[in-house]
Amino acid sequence: MIDFLKIVAKNRLAAFGGILLLIIITLSILAPILPLKEPNITNTADRFMVPFEGGHILGTDHLGRDLLSRLLWGTQLSLAVGFAAAFIAATFGSILGAIAGFYGQKTDNIIMRFIDMLMAFPYILLALAIVAALGPGLFNALIAVALVNIPFFARNIRGVTVTLANKEFIEAARLSGMSNFRILIVEIFPNLLPMIVIAMSTTVGWMILETAGLSFLGLGSQPPQADLGSMLGEARSALITNPHTSFVPGIMIFCIVMGINLFGDGVRDALDPRLKKGSLIRPLPQTIYEGGDTQPQPSTKLLSVQNLSTQFHVNQDIYQSSNDVSFEIQEGECLGLIGESGSGKSVTALSITSLVASPPGVIKKGSVNYKNQNLLALPYEELRSIRGNKISYIFQDPLTTLHPLHTIGDQLLEALQAHDSELSASESISKSKELLKSVQIPNPDNLWDVYPHQLSGGMRQRVCIAMALINDPELIIADEPTTALDVTVQAQILNILNSLRKERKLSILFISHDFGVISQLCDRVIVMYAGSIVEEGPVKNIMQQAAHPYTSELIKCVPQLGNKEHALYSIPGNPPSLNQLPEGCAFANRCKYKQDQCLKESVPVSSKDNRSYKCFYPVGGVA
Amino acid sequence: MNRLLSAIPVVLGITIIVFLIISLIPGDPATAILGSYATPENVAKINKDLGLDKSLPERYLIWLGNIIQGDFGRSFSLNRPVIDEVMERFNATLILSGTAFILCSFLGILVGTISAARQYTLTDKFITFIVLIGISIPSFFLGMMMILTFAVRLKLFPVSGMYAIWGGGDLPDLINHLVMPSIALAIVATGVVARISRNAVLEILRQDYVRTARAKGVKERSILISHVLRVAIVTILPVLGLQAGFVLSGSVYIEIVFQWPGVGRMLVDAILKRDIILVQGGVVFVSICYVFFNIAVDVLQRVLDPRIR
Repeated sequence: MIDFLKIVAKNRLAAFGGILLLIIITLSILAPILPLKEPNITNTADRFMVPFEGGHILGTDHLGRDLLSRLLWGTQLSLAVGFAAAFIAATFGSILGAIAGFYGQKTDNIIMRFIDMLMAFPYILLALAIVAALGPGLFNALIAVALVNIPFFARNIRGVTVTLANKEFIEAARLSGMSNFRILIVEIFPNLLPMIVIAMSTTVGWMILETAGLSFLGLGSQPPQADLGSMLGEARSALITNPHTSFVPGIMIFCIVMGINLFGDGVRDALDPRLKKGSLIRPLPQTIYEGGDTQPQPSTKLLSVQNLSTQFHVNQDIYQSSNDVSFEIQEGECLGLIGESGSGKSVTALSITSLVASPPGVIKKGSVNYKNQNLLALPYEELRSIRGNKISYIFQDPLTTLHPLHTIGDQLLEALQAHDSELSASESISKSKELLKSVQIPNPDNLWDVYPHQLSGGMRQRVCIAMALINDPELIIADEPTTALDVTVQAQILNILNSLRKERKLSILFISHDFGVISQLCDRVIVMYAGSIVEEGPVKNIMQQAAHPYTSELIKCVPQLGNKEHALYSIPGNPPSLNQLPEGCAFANRCKYKQDQCLKESVPVSSKDNRSYKCFYPVGGVA
Repeated sequence: MNRLLSAIPVVLGITIIVFLIISLIPGDPATAILGSYATPENVAKINKDLGLDKSLPERYLIWLGNIIQGDFGRSFSLNRPVIDEVMERFNATLILSGTAFILCSFLGILVGTISAARQYTLTDKFITFIVLIGISIPSFFLGMMMILTFAVRLKLFPVSGMYAIWGGGDLPDLINHLVMPSIALAIVATGVVARISRNAVLEILRQDYVRTARAKGVKERSILISHVLRVAIVTILPVLGLQAGFVLSGSVYIEIVFQWPGVGRMLVDAILKRDIILVQGGVVFVSICYVFFNIAVDVLQRVLDPRIR
């Protein structure tokens, strides 16, 4: 609770709203003991005095009544009526909602049908009908506003109750022989309470406004009793001659509603975990780069990643996602990048063209040498002309990576036209369809006007591959392209990639957590652990004899067909948290061969022939 | 078509609810109508004329049958058929609310999107601030302030009414009268739509398919329009349907403030004159129109989103 208040207080606007509300509520409560003039004493000789005239701080109204006094009494009445309406609506709405959600089936059906009917009205018409039936008056207006808001509570509370009713502790209470009614009162209700309070806090401002509105129309409080709405209604006839009589109640309503809105938003934000994680921040088109104008080392290779370090800044925590990663890809080479989830392989791949969601992602240092320019420091337009054109991506889950509301044809054409606006429409279409054929889609015409959700996973991924190839790129970065697919489809996709690669002399950076897949496709492989490269070398050599214990564990994880003794293996333990990496070797606490040295000293890279590894005590006699 | 059939129980429900509410009137409607002329004979006669001597279900069925034939009864305060009056007034309300609704939809989505695309810049903060004021100010107070500023002081627009009393009646005259009330009515809804649009756009910007579009090298502007906004509109559409109800509701206040001859003002007058039959007819008629409007929104949603087609 104190934490919660602290978060709300940190939000300056919410705190302002809370204080504003507090002042208004206090003043209105103190109205009886403050030295105010009588609110209802008329004195037509003093009518329409402007503020500060004749001892009236806010002036007087059309009957010569003191406005300040009327304002505070009116505020008190408006607040009381608004809160009462909210309370009544919350009580009845929650009871209906809880019963519907808890008993379910027929009860639920009948109640919710009724609620739906109520919601089919534009709310004010229902309120007007109720006031018409009961007659004008503040109490009747209160009832009308409360009734109209019952559906809102009923719906919300029903939803929460349904989830609660299926929880284990409710099942346990049932088994222990508690009656349904008791469960509802003892077990469910206390859990609903916070939800009810939140729903009330979001609607109370609304209800104050609504009752004021009905009073404004002359259907609420009747003279001489006045709430803010009827004060404003009465002042309307003198709007042009004496506007201050309208300002006074109008601005008060505005302040109350704004205070509640600000405070309510602050409360909601404090409770919303997404905001805490910063996940409602817009990702920029280009990852933030703090490497300045780092000049990359010259390289004869197609692409050279040098000392790349990417971090995530979430609130005060810094997560080091890739740490000093360097590697090169030759033309026509297929380089594998392997590691457990969270090892930083995807982040490394996305960093190459600055696609890491930013914020929170930041490329702290390093460079990517592509044709002797640092990709990370390129201006946006130049980077854009490379993305999807020279370097393109295939992502993991083709259902979420393809746009749900555009047809396959449109998405392919878009990729083409992003880089070649001069191509004619018919040329673009025939080129796209040809590509679809080359990824073994036999009938591209049938697919053209289809939406992604109408395709199978394998077909979707073929479309993604075609889309990546459409501008004849030099490098394809495939981020676990087969992980979301089942095994037979996986094999087909790998075959397609393999044959395309040979046909077109493509370079591929292929990311996977599966050594089996890597060994089918790749020439060389990089192994990443906790953000760093721990081993690198030709796939064949490494598969035969890994140097790093982590690599050999990864290889053990590959299931072997027909070998019954080889049970499915997984590496014991978990990778270390990325915001507090241990000193020494990051893998040490899971390593069978660890020595004292591994826990204390940072591990240098050892190289031999075309292989390198980062381990003091490599396995299998590689050293 | 199925959607239209599903409206039938909702419409029936609306008539039942309104009928029940109106029938719960405390006291005797005949006495209320007759006032000081309420002799026992007269009361009995009125009761017979209005069918009040029959049982509740019977009365409902007779009333429903009449409604289906387009007969909403006769207003005693205006002494004309309810349906004629309501149709005339509804026309005015439709012009006002429709303009405000279109205004709030376009402005809201536009402003919300700009705000999201410029998140945490000065533009965004300024918009968020204006939106906050917009959703906090009561529309009737805003309307009064607008009259004071733009009509009385600056004399830019007429103070009130739908047409000028002399020499009015054409379209430019209508538009001239429409500007202030439609803006006053649209402001709150615009604020709500803008807020929801901003959040929707921010949410969508994080989706994988936006990353794909960026990886494809699509220009940021087309990403925002054809990828982000396209999805945002589908998510915002149900909110717009809901906002239409709020705009329609708000029009009651605005019609009073600007003396606009719409249904809302008619209803308030009718309540104050205890003309229950007029209230009943007006509420049922407008509510049914609102049901059909929501069906239209639903159908549009299906057209725009291939996933639920």
